[in-house]
Amino acid sequence: MNYIALKMLFGDRAKYLMLLCGLTFAVMLIVQQGSIFWGLMMWSQSSISNINAPIWVTDPGIAQVDEVKPITETAVDRVRSVQGVEWAVPLYKGLLRARLANGEYHQITLTGLESSTLIGRPTEVLEGRFEDIVQPDAVVLDQWTVERMGGPSVVTIGTVFELNDKLARVVAIAKTQKSFTNIPVVYTTYERAIRYMPRERRILSYVLAKAKDGVPTDLVTARIREHTGLGAFTAEEFSWKTIRWVLKNTGIGINFGTTILLGFIVGMAIAGQTFYLFTVENLRQFGALKAMGASGFTLARMILLQAFTVGLTGYGVGVGLATAFGVLAAKTGDLPFAETWQLLLLVLVALLTICGASALISIIKLVRLEPAIVFR
Amino acid sequence: MMETHSQPAAVRVRGIVKSFGTGDTQVTVLKGIDLDIYLGEMLLLVGESGGGKTTLLSAIAGILDIDAGDIDVLGVPLSSLPPGKRTAFRGQTMGFVYQQFNLLPALTAAENVAVPLLIQKVGHHDAVRRARIMLDRVGLGDRSDFLPKNLSGGQQQRVAIARALVNEPRLLICDEPTAALDGPNGQKIMELLREVGRSPHRCVVVVTHDSRIFQFGDRMAKLTDGRIVGIEPIMQEDMA
Repeated sequence: MNYIALKMLFGDRAKYLMLLCGLTFAVMLIVQQGSIFWGLMMWSQSSISNINAPIWVTDPGIAQVDEVKPITETAVDRVRSVQGVEWAVPLYKGLLRARLANGEYHQITLTGLESSTLIGRPTEVLEGRFEDIVQPDAVVLDQWTVERMGGPSVVTIGTVFELNDKLARVVAIAKTQKSFTNIPVVYTTYERAIRYMPRERRILSYVLAKAKDGVPTDLVTARIREHTGLGAFTAEEFSWKTIRWVLKNTGIGINFGTTILLGFIVGMAIAGQTFYLFTVENLRQFGALKAMGASGFTLARMILLQAFTVGLTGYGVGVGLATAFGVLAAKTGDLPFAETWQLLLLVLVALLTICGASALISIIKLVRLEPAIVFR
Repeated sequence: MMETHSQPAAVRVRGIVKSFGTGDTQVTVLKGIDLDIYLGEMLLLVGESGGGKTTLLSAIAGILDIDAGDIDVLGVPLSSLPPGKRTAFRGQTMGFVYQQFNLLPALTAAENVAVPLLIQKVGHHDAVRRARIMLDRVGLGDRSDFLPKNLSGGQQQRVAIARALVNEPRLLICDEPTAALDGPNGQKIMELLREVGRSPHRCVVVVTHDSRIFQFGDRMAKLTDGRIVGIEPIMQEDMA
């Protein structure tokens, strides 16, 4: 009977394609929008992932990574003194204006890394040597900064520009994840970053730390909080805190949530309606099968097989199209796109719900069907 | 109205009543029908439209619940069987030929004929093999792989007859089998039903209002206004 069910499904090519298109569209919309949404969330915490440190020590009232609340410089030593901490280094992060030789101004995020270890440096360098950052006036840009400042023809290795009337010379270009605000990032040493910035009473933005091998990171963060009175988070906790802040304080969650919900509803409506029509138009055939001895269970199984076959095909095509879009978008990195297995699983569950609900409507119709319909 | 017969009835209908609708709109379609149908015979149910022929046929087939009365098919009290068992019984003992053929358009002729066997859980390969043999018997062996849309109306009805007979049913139920066909094709279908469908181990019930095919039956029961008003044998010499 499975064979008959599938032949019935594929035989009505117009309806099959309509069903397939509806489900493909729904899946593609949900996966594409979901991936862009998650990509944006990844961007929103890129300051954390680009730095790649296991523990972040902050002002206890901090809301998210880009809202820096400076802490006293003694915090570094206080964190180092906490039991289970292997190392702790300062990190500077602040906004500044860069003036290029052509007279253009650009707002930048200045990131100051501890000079002896360069902890927090990007893992990939596209041009030059990151270690040259210790040279006089040296700074490292990321690829987005180069792009924002006018491209390689304007900014390249050896280019000199001003930061707060002080000289800065590009010695390397690193590869990083784009940030949500897309403000150019300029790396330098912590000591030089302080010189570039106007003097403030508190200048230390964060303390980066790591737990000793064998000591759980969350245990160490708890100890840091307890012993220093500062905020301390694992990188993951700080990322989620930032993402939650973005969701709460911007319209992104509602915007994308609405689109994803619409994709689900449209998919449900198209699939449900088309599948129901498909069943209604085949009622005589189903009635004939029932008259010939096919049980209600057999017919329900046929309907479910049809629904899940077209559903899983639509899922495959929809995910394929969304992934192709993502691969093309990710090539340039200009569009946030993070397709995760969790999203794909969630969409699969949503799709199976759509198919199951559509099939259920048809099954109810069939269960109530009087096989005598075939004699009318 | 009841006739005497030498052997017990394969189908025994007693006092069945069936109404549709409720209250003022209620219509009683069958008003106490008694009928016996015997193995080896082809019984025609005739009468004007709205007389209750198809309703009676549906009740005999066990696909329509009746309000009162009893129907025994091959000794099984059909009206008291639970729906699931009734469906299974129908699949094992009955074959159907419909006015509108009701072939599955996506299946080939052979696959359509194999459907009752597949419902009975016969393996696909074996079912299609038996279906091809059956199609040979109805003269469509060379059309086994054709889709219904590529067959004429008469050929489609032949496929439907092959489908109805493929699992060797003891009761063959035909609802206006010639209504969708022209005169000559209708005659051919009835000849085929008589030749292939009629057997000593099977009874054939045909609902029709087409007087041109009355000659093919063994007996004819006339329904008017929900009642059988006459059951007569048909003289086979009339067929000439």
